[in-house]
Amino acid sequence: MWDIIITSLPEMVGAMLQFTIPLAVISFILGLILAVLTALIKFIEPSENKAIRYPYLLLRGIANFYVWLFRSTPLLVQLFIIFFGLPSIGVQLPAFTAAVIGFSLNTGAYASETIRSALLSVPQDQWDAAYTLNFSTRQTLMKIVLPQAVRIALPPLSNSFIGLVKDTSLASSITILEMFQVSQQITAKNYQPLLMYTLAAALYAIVCSLLSWLQHYLEHRTSKYVKGSEA
Amino acid sequence: MISMKNIIKKYDGKTVLNDISVDFPSGKTSVILGPSGSGKSTLLRSLDLLVRPESGSVSFPDLSVNYAEPISKKDSFSLRRKTSMVFQNWNLFPNLTVLDNITAAPITVLKTSKADAEKEARSLLRQVGLEGLEKRYPSQLSGGQQQRISICRALAINPEYILLDEPTSALDPELETQVLKILEKLANEGQSMIIVTHNMEFARLVADKIVFIEDGNKVFDGETKDFFENPTPRIKDFLSGISLEAEN
Ligand SMILES: Nc1ncnc2c1ncn2[C@@H]1O[C@H](COP(=O)(O)OP(=O)(O)OP(=O)(O)O)[C@@H](O)[C@H]1O
Ligand SMILES: [Mg+2]
Repeated sequence: MWDIIITSLPEMVGAMLQFTIPLAVISFILGLILAVLTALIKFIEPSENKAIRYPYLLLRGIANFYVWLFRSTPLLVQLFIIFFGLPSIGVQLPAFTAAVIGFSLNTGAYASETIRSALLSVPQDQWDAAYTLNFSTRQTLMKIVLPQAVRIALPPLSNSFIGLVKDTSLASSITILEMFQVSQQITAKNYQPLLMYTLAAALYAIVCSLLSWLQHYLEHRTSKYVKGSEA
Repeated sequence: MISMKNIIKKYDGKTVLNDISVDFPSGKTSVILGPSGSGKSTLLRSLDLLVRPESGSVSFPDLSVNYAEPISKKDSFSLRRKTSMVFQNWNLFPNLTVLDNITAAPITVLKTSKADAEKEARSLLRQVGLEGLEKRYPSQLSGGQQQRISICRALAINPEYILLDEPTSALDPELETQVLKILEKLANEGQSMIIVTHNMEFARLVADKIVFIEDGNKVFDGETKDFFENPTPRIKDFLSGISLEAEN
């Protein structure tokens, strides 16, 4: 048993470092940027100035549609449409690019709701206090509201990231040789499905545990002002 | 002097401020009294555009704003520049230290240098007896300390008027006294203030003028002495109502 593990481990760890982790990290960063933008578009009330108001409302309509679309369809189907479907209208994407696009859009849709609800959970009192001191809306967001919202959003966003690491296994279905796909290939040769898939599970668990640890560290760092925290 | 004229504010068709006109003299302490829900906070918050009345105007010797018309960014800035609000629950910024709470607006809004803002903040903290707490976060302090810090925060932008909406209602009597002493000192120094309070003893002590509001109408506007010594039957009712509540 040990020799099987020792011979297959380098290949699996390699696939993890080459595909699983880059896919998760790149998609999460892009997804997060998309999520913040989408959340702000839905959160900030349109100005009364007509020249800005209507384009802004259109943008908001697009944001709503995007979030609805990606939350109401399965991730696997989204990946299939992007990778296998789009070529029929002439859009041929490399598998890795298609996967990044799919994972980013999917993560962005969910995370935008997390961030929006975190923004909403900062009390109106904080806006009042900032406005009475003559902060602009942008200054209030940047200095007062977003820092508080980030702390609130951190645990659910960490959840999304951990979920994303595991979901990268779906990329195997669009031809990417990520870690799970490699474990399947090795199984086809050595006929040890229990061992190989358990090994894959263990590798996911190790990465996700490291991420949980990182989450606790960040939570601690950002919570130093919260009542009851000893920092 | 602040002159508010014909202020009308409605919420869902219900009139909350019914054509109120009132002056708040400069260098003096004006106290707004009235039963719960009468519109005191709404009136005070209109001054800082935290509430936007449907119509009416507010004017200073060098600034006039009509609520019924669109208010330019510049006018809204000037209006908020003249006043600064202290809230019932102090509303300090929990993510900032005490020092940063006080210096945030001078640095961000007034572009004061960090060094000058911090020097000023330390001097304000000394005046309210809280030097040494600069590095703490609001959650590590008592309500009374937090409210004194929020008074420093309001003073740090050098507003002409400080607006206080029931600044001690959320405090235990002992902590209340600490805060009231500071307000009394500010009043004696000639700081222009408008205070909404339910503390009659304090109102009597510091008010240069009293405005009494009921159901969105101004019922009394005059000298403190007249209010307490020659009350109309309605004001008499109100005053005894308050004292009965206090005995319960
Ligand atoms: N945002 C709002 N939406 C709807 N109604 C409101 C709102 N704010 C205040 N009101 C109503 O307006 C009236 C006046 O409220 P306001 O807060 O000014 O009273 P107040 O005199 O400050 O009372 P209190 O002494 O309890 O603080 C009340 O009837 C209140 O219910
Ligand atoms: Mg009130």
